[in-house]
Amino acid sequence: MNGVRRKKRTSVLRGSGINPKGFHRSQLKFYAYLMPIAAFMMLPIVFITISAFKPIEELFAYPPRFYVKRPTLNNFIMLLGLSSNTNIPASRYLFNSIVSTAVVVLLNLIITSSAGYVFSKKKFKHKELLFNINTLALMFVPVAVGIPRYFIIVYTGLLNSFMAHIIPVLAMPVGLFLVKQFIDQIPDSIIESAAIEGASSYRILGSIVIPMIKPALSTVAILSFQASWNSVEASTMYINNETLKNFAFYMSTLSNSTGNIVAGQGVSAAASLIMFLPNLIIFIVLQSRVMNTMAHSGLK
Amino acid sequence: MIKRYLDKYSTAVLLFPYITLFIIFIVIPVVAAVGLSFTYFNTIEWPKFIGLDNYINLFTKDEVFMQKVVPNTIVYSIFVGIGGYLLSFFLAWSLSQISKLPRTILAIIIYSPSMTGGVLLTTVWSVIFNGDKSGYLNYILLKFNVIKEPVLWLQSDKYLLVIMIIVTLWSSMGVGFLAILAGILNINEELYEAAYIDGVKNRFQEIIYVTIPSAKPQMLFGAVMALVNTFQSSGIGVALSGANPTPNYAGQLIVTHIEDYGFIRYEMGYAAAISVVLLIIIRFSSVGAQKLFGNSDY
Repeated sequence: MNGVRRKKRTSVLRGSGINPKGFHRSQLKFYAYLMPIAAFMMLPIVFITISAFKPIEELFAYPPRFYVKRPTLNNFIMLLGLSSNTNIPASRYLFNSIVSTAVVVLLNLIITSSAGYVFSKKKFKHKELLFNINTLALMFVPVAVGIPRYFIIVYTGLLNSFMAHIIPVLAMPVGLFLVKQFIDQIPDSIIESAAIEGASSYRILGSIVIPMIKPALSTVAILSFQASWNSVEASTMYINNETLKNFAFYMSTLSNSTGNIVAGQGVSAAASLIMFLPNLIIFIVLQSRVMNTMAHSGLK
Repeated sequence: MIKRYLDKYSTAVLLFPYITLFIIFIVIPVVAAVGLSFTYFNTIEWPKFIGLDNYINLFTKDEVFMQKVVPNTIVYSIFVGIGGYLLSFFLAWSLSQISKLPRTILAIIIYSPSMTGGVLLTTVWSVIFNGDKSGYLNYILLKFNVIKEPVLWLQSDKYLLVIMIIVTLWSSMGVGFLAILAGILNINEELYEAAYIDGVKNRFQEIIYVTIPSAKPQMLFGAVMALVNTFQSSGIGVALSGANPTPNYAGQLIVTHIEDYGFIRYEMGYAAAISVVLLIIIRFSSVGAQKLFGNSDY
């Protein structure tokens, strides 16, 4: 409110327009540009979906057509039967992705909620400093220090092991940040009274804190899911053994190695769709919880 | 016995996994990058200390860096970082002006490209920008006689950077966008009513005097996320053109320059020096963002 002089006026209160309850004609101007923008954002995804179901002759058709006449599942069948340059079926890569992502999400939730609880409710030396370092690390861009990270993978013995998918992504500064901000909302008195009744810290964490921070944990789950499911870092740099690589990597080889982009188009579209759909479904299911967490995301 | 120790040191036990992983995979790489940047290191021999030579070479001898990489990175960051951030605020604010159901649907649509990121969905874009006449863009432009010959969009040094910016902008309405939207929606409505009593007259003033100050924490978070996204998505040029270095260095950004030296030429010391310069740039940009929001705490 700084800057506006306090001057009482007797005019009728006008609604703010923020978060209106229903539709009103005055909102039409927002729809007028939001709809085209949303359409543009959706276009590539619609395009993938259509291409994924196109039979080969329609992919080659000239002029290129934006819709599909005779949809087919051939691309998916080809994808699962296809092997890149080796004899490994796509299902193997998919299996690796599912297992590594599930483990990453689970461990991430445990590690982040433990650390978030301690940072929010416990007192220890250098707490402020450590949390500020974590906030600084929000800006951490892993690709910028790819080289030293590579050597760390070598020295920790993770090179060429399945764990290279999992361990390097477990420290997630954004996750800790969001969870800590969310736990700050829980009144200290609840935790203190549980402690007086003899509950250990683990017990408090497990049966009081975690049930109360489900929205924040949903957000962490989504973010770590995306980080792990979409990651090609481990497969391209840390793992040579083809059987241990993940689906995101396999997909990137599809679009690179197929010299003729149009020919591989159907199969890579099918692969892209498999990459994209789990992200979308999880987000739709959890979106209201995510928005709830984001309201507490502020950097003060 | 064990249980009692576990209880006594619960703070340390709960903190241990996070702190350990944080140090190993975030702190040490940053420190090591600084250390390596003062050495000559080809991965076969032990690193040899050469003082500031890498930095001196970077700024005086590396013509590609000064003539292509830095200008490209500046243009890319202005459009993707600053432009993307303004766009995400504008879209979030516009969404806050419509009612809940359509807002949720539109927000999911606008957010969805960021889920898989631009780099992974290169497939789509390479078909749209395909260089022969069956590429969608070429087809449309040929049909309307805008161009006479099909254009090799992704191999051309004129268009590559522009296409990279479009693709990244498309996928950059991510976590920061959601945070800003949540921040705006969370503003107490009485603040707006009070502002109108105090003489705010239109939506523009409303944004300046109420929306931005009230959603400031989320907007700062959004700014940091925009910054990270800008540099994290730098591989897009290589993904689109299929080559590192990109054709005529047209899409070469600092991150791809690092990979070029580090993983293709194995000049790790030199690559580390570029990393350090990048980390400093990121840090300064974020301090700048905080200053802008009148925040100078850290």
